[in-house]
Amino acid sequence: MALKRSTRRTLSRAVLYAVLLGVLLLVGLSADWATIRANFFAPAGIGNPFTGDWGTWPDLITVGVKNSLIYTAVAFGAGLVLGVVLALMRLSPVAAYRWIATAYIEFFRGLPVLLVVLVMAFGIPIAFNGWTPPGGTVGAGVVGLILVAAAYMAETIRAGIQAVPKGQTEAARSLGMSAGRTTVTVVLPQAFRIVIPPLTNEFVLLIKDTALLFVIGFAASQRELTTIARDFMASSATAGTATSLIQASILYLLITLPLTRLVSWLEHKQQKAR
Amino acid sequence: MTTSAQAAPAIQIRDLHKSFGSNKVLKGIDFHVDNGEVVCVIGPSGSGKSTLLRCVNRLEEPDSGQILVEGVDIIDPETDLDAVRSRIGMVFQQFNLFPHMNVLRNLTVAQQKVKGRSKKEAVEVARANLEKVGLSGRENVYPAHLSGGQQQRVAIARALSMDPDMMLFDEPTSALDPELVGDVLEVMKTLAGEGMTMMVVTHEMGFAREVGDKLVFMDGGVIVEEGDPREVLANPQQERTQAFLSKVL
Repeated sequence: MALKRSTRRTLSRAVLYAVLLGVLLLVGLSADWATIRANFFAPAGIGNPFTGDWGTWPDLITVGVKNSLIYTAVAFGAGLVLGVVLALMRLSPVAAYRWIATAYIEFFRGLPVLLVVLVMAFGIPIAFNGWTPPGGTVGAGVVGLILVAAAYMAETIRAGIQAVPKGQTEAARSLGMSAGRTTVTVVLPQAFRIVIPPLTNEFVLLIKDTALLFVIGFAASQRELTTIARDFMASSATAGTATSLIQASILYLLITLPLTRLVSWLEHKQQKAR
Repeated sequence: MTTSAQAAPAIQIRDLHKSFGSNKVLKGIDFHVDNGEVVCVIGPSGSGKSTLLRCVNRLEEPDSGQILVEGVDIIDPETDLDAVRSRIGMVFQQFNLFPHMNVLRNLTVAQQKVKGRSKKEAVEVARANLEKVGLSGRENVYPAHLSGGQQQRVAIARALSMDPDMMLFDEPTSALDPELVGDVLEVMKTLAGEGMTMMVVTHEMGFAREVGDKLVFMDGGVIVEEGDPREVLANPQQERTQAFLSKVL
């Protein structure tokens, strides 16, 4: 059969579309849509904006999203500060600092985040005579997130610092700036520019990692998004269905997708600037 | 400054040695630069000329020997190296402007943070030096938006803003497109004319001949020949100098 090259290409494209359509039809026809709607998109939860019925969204957002973002911001902020310290320690001329920082980073990057969160949540009150950080057990769990985030951010920041050309340090030192002044005024600002995209990625990871706090006991007002969504499966207008999980997924994506888009835009911009 | 310090040469180097690993880069350098003198250092790449220059403000750590800057031993651990460096202007081949600061900030940051000048004073000094290098009006531009020649002139203005007693130039025109070299050399000539003490590592033989008070030819980590630039360039005494000059002239 001697088909023209262009005809053959059109035909193979048509076959690919046909397969896709077939699979969609098969799934669409075999799925039980009524049950799916009742269990995953229960009207009592999803609501109907045309009638002013907001379903369970307000609770999910004012408690869950709010707390998730607070925990993320605290973990990111504190993790960043600790990460900068660790990065500078790794690059320190003092060998002991280098060893400590390296050991810390390898230790916390080698453990499951969930385990660290658990150990901190239950370990801090025991270790400090019942004292807990602000937020109680949850605060202690957030400390776990901080410790792990700092380990990852330290490596990112170290790479950023090392990516600043040596000539920058030499120029600053030759103007009479001390080593510390050079780091603060010349090196770190440039390093941070380089690591903004990977740090934003770290922020997205942290948003998702706050869901691990789920394993800790919560006061109702402290619940982060995954925890409150899980609770709503047991007691809410949508109890007995998985609707709240779908709602939580949508809310996570509304936060994470723009951020990951932002990261690729920033990376693209940096590449162009080079 | 005391009288004795003024009498001391700007730079005095005695028996300087420096290795990178097993590679001996400087093998016993004796050398001085007098106040107000323009000394040009030439030589093939790898001859140690840049390393010598970088030892003068201790960007490179010498292995042994003595370096006196205005009579102050800069290898002595008790010496306030930052203070010495703030009196030595340095200009690099790659300019090394701070890319995250605009031109004005490049010129004022060290004045304020090292010399403790007020912002107002620092800006005045910066503007005067920008005018000197012919770049008035570029205060708010970022380095990435300047040509190589302009960046190098900003770098010179940045060094001058610290009111240095002397200037070190490390191949200041080697990274420039040929048509941009002239402006930078012009600025350096003006400086020399004002009596600035200068040590210049360069491949610009014309500049050395016209502006230099002394020419130093280095090869293989030693000073092979030194003297009046016009004489050394026209009539080199050493075989190695003759071989090098026959290639570059």
